[in-house]
Amino acid sequence: MLMQELRRSALASYGVAERSFRLVKRYLGWEVVWLVYSAVSTLTIGLIGVSASRAGGGEAAAGQNLTLYLVIGALLWNYLSVLFQEVSNAVAWERWEGTIEYTFMAPIHRLVYLAGNSLFGLGYALLRTILIFGIAALWFDMDLSRANWGAALLVLVSSSLSFMGLGLVAAVLPLLSPEKGPQATYIIQGLLLLVAGVYYPVDVLPEWLQPIAAINPATHTLDGIRAALMEGAGVAEVMPWVLKLLLTGVLLVPLGLWVFQVGEQYAMRTGRLKRNG
Amino acid sequence: MSDGSKPGDRLADRGNRTVLALEVENIVKRFADDSEPVPLWQRLLGRRPRQVAAVRGVSFQVPEGEIFGILGPNGSGKSTLIRVIATLLLPDEGTVRIFGHDVVRERTAVRQLINRVSVEAAFFKKLSAMENLMYAARLYGLPVKEATARAGAILDRLGLPRKKRVIPLEELSRGQQQKVAIARALMTNPRLLLLDEPTTGLDPKSKREVQDFILEAQREHGATVILTSHDMEEAERLCQRVAFMDEGRFVALGTPGELKAQFGAHPEQSLEAVFLACTGKGLGEEAGPDRVLEEVSA
Ligand SMILES: Nc1ncnc2c1ncn2[C@@H]1O[C@H](COP(=O)(O)OP(=O)(O)O)[C@@H](O)[C@H]1O
Ligand SMILES: [Mg+2]
Repeated sequence: MLMQELRRSALASYGVAERSFRLVKRYLGWEVVWLVYSAVSTLTIGLIGVSASRAGGGEAAAGQNLTLYLVIGALLWNYLSVLFQEVSNAVAWERWEGTIEYTFMAPIHRLVYLAGNSLFGLGYALLRTILIFGIAALWFDMDLSRANWGAALLVLVSSSLSFMGLGLVAAVLPLLSPEKGPQATYIIQGLLLLVAGVYYPVDVLPEWLQPIAAINPATHTLDGIRAALMEGAGVAEVMPWVLKLLLTGVLLVPLGLWVFQVGEQYAMRTGRLKRNG
Repeated sequence: MSDGSKPGDRLADRGNRTVLALEVENIVKRFADDSEPVPLWQRLLGRRPRQVAAVRGVSFQVPEGEIFGILGPNGSGKSTLIRVIATLLLPDEGTVRIFGHDVVRERTAVRQLINRVSVEAAFFKKLSAMENLMYAARLYGLPVKEATARAGAILDRLGLPRKKRVIPLEELSRGQQQKVAIARALMTNPRLLLLDEPTTGLDPKSKREVQDFILEAQREHGATVILTSHDMEEAERLCQRVAFMDEGRFVALGTPGELKAQFGAHPEQSLEAVFLACTGKGLGEEAGPDRVLEEVSA
């Protein structure tokens, strides 16, 4: 009975993710546009590293290091923002397509639906990031000989949980306000990444932002991945970041679910889901 | 929540006692009046926006196997009532039970028993009919192959060409999209089917086909149907009983014949005249499909 229920839920989650991947295929033109755009912006940021090290007249190794530092920042910016947007704006997307009532009327727990969206966001963000990373690796001469890929992946996976949680908390905004909600999610995303040291160590940020940077999961992700890829930090060495990220995720995911359900209840009381027809 | 019985069993069951598919008791639903929004600073001071009631105390019961029509002009509250029944809106007052399950407290059980078709096609329009149906099958926990085969058979019956089922839905006409919506709803074998203006804006031929199919679904699957419309001919053709809805209230309820007798109309006269006699208004004025389509695209 329970197994059957779990299987059913897993299949329903998979159905949500599958549908989103199918939509990606149908909007392939736009996918190419976003990919080119993200790849180009990653390359331009990497090139800042190349030219800065040349201007400094420094050694080749230092230049390679700066380039790698910046490229990792650009890639993670991409990864985390795609994941955050897919999770937080799934509702906005369904509203735009006009399917929100159909999806919400299905006999599944809201958790199942949100898990499906997160599954898609994860896969989609990962695929895009790998592609852009491939392009950047071909273009730049980056020293990845010391990189510990296993540790980097571990940090990335742990960070995904946190960002899914943040996405879930933010997902309530498009649910409550069709217009201002999605706008607000972009602002939140921008702030999260500003206060995270994407292209700079966080200690260059103003004093009053430092405490926020210290609890921001994006900061830990960047630090952990840079340590793994640039200094060859192993699993044991990245563990403090991994634990912080997992802890944030474990707190944020249930919080996100709870906020979403309170929001949904409010929307059903006030008629915010949809009113036409 | 299915009791595992086939529709035939349920029909046999009805011989002994009437099974109530739907019990609506004194439903009231209010919305904030957005024609005069309250500025944020006043809201912070505790001023609430004025509430307007879209549904004002509606009660009725529908036995299993009946097609029940709700007729009324635009803005009379039909869709709001359907949404309360469909677990998409929480009622402010009153209760709704579907085969004995409360729509607020037993939401998941109710959701397994119902499906709804709305006036606009609620699809991923870049996906094909088949892809949309597969998504629906997964949401409802149906085996994908079996379910899409069933939906395919329904689409055959409704005359949607096979090659139209694999292209993006946005390339289909509205009539064709509406057929897919009906196939999707029936695919899940709902015991209560909610049809919110299923034929509004369709060409006469599609309209006829969809109506025939609703009758067939009732005859062959014993489906209970709640149908809203502002097409009186349609109501007369499909429904065993109809309710006239005006400004959030049911102003009359009965078989088409009873309503005509009650308001002194000829049996040959249309329900349109009866509605006019009952409410003092026509259905046509602001109720045309143009206005509905305008609202949808807005
Ligand atoms: N979600 C909503 N928010 C605010 N007002 C609504 C909402 N849904 C419906 N209304 C209002 O309630 C009234 C009834 O609408 P509706 O139920 O859609 O009528 P019908 O389906 O008969 O055309 C209308 O005045 C409409 O503007
Ligand atoms: Mg309506």
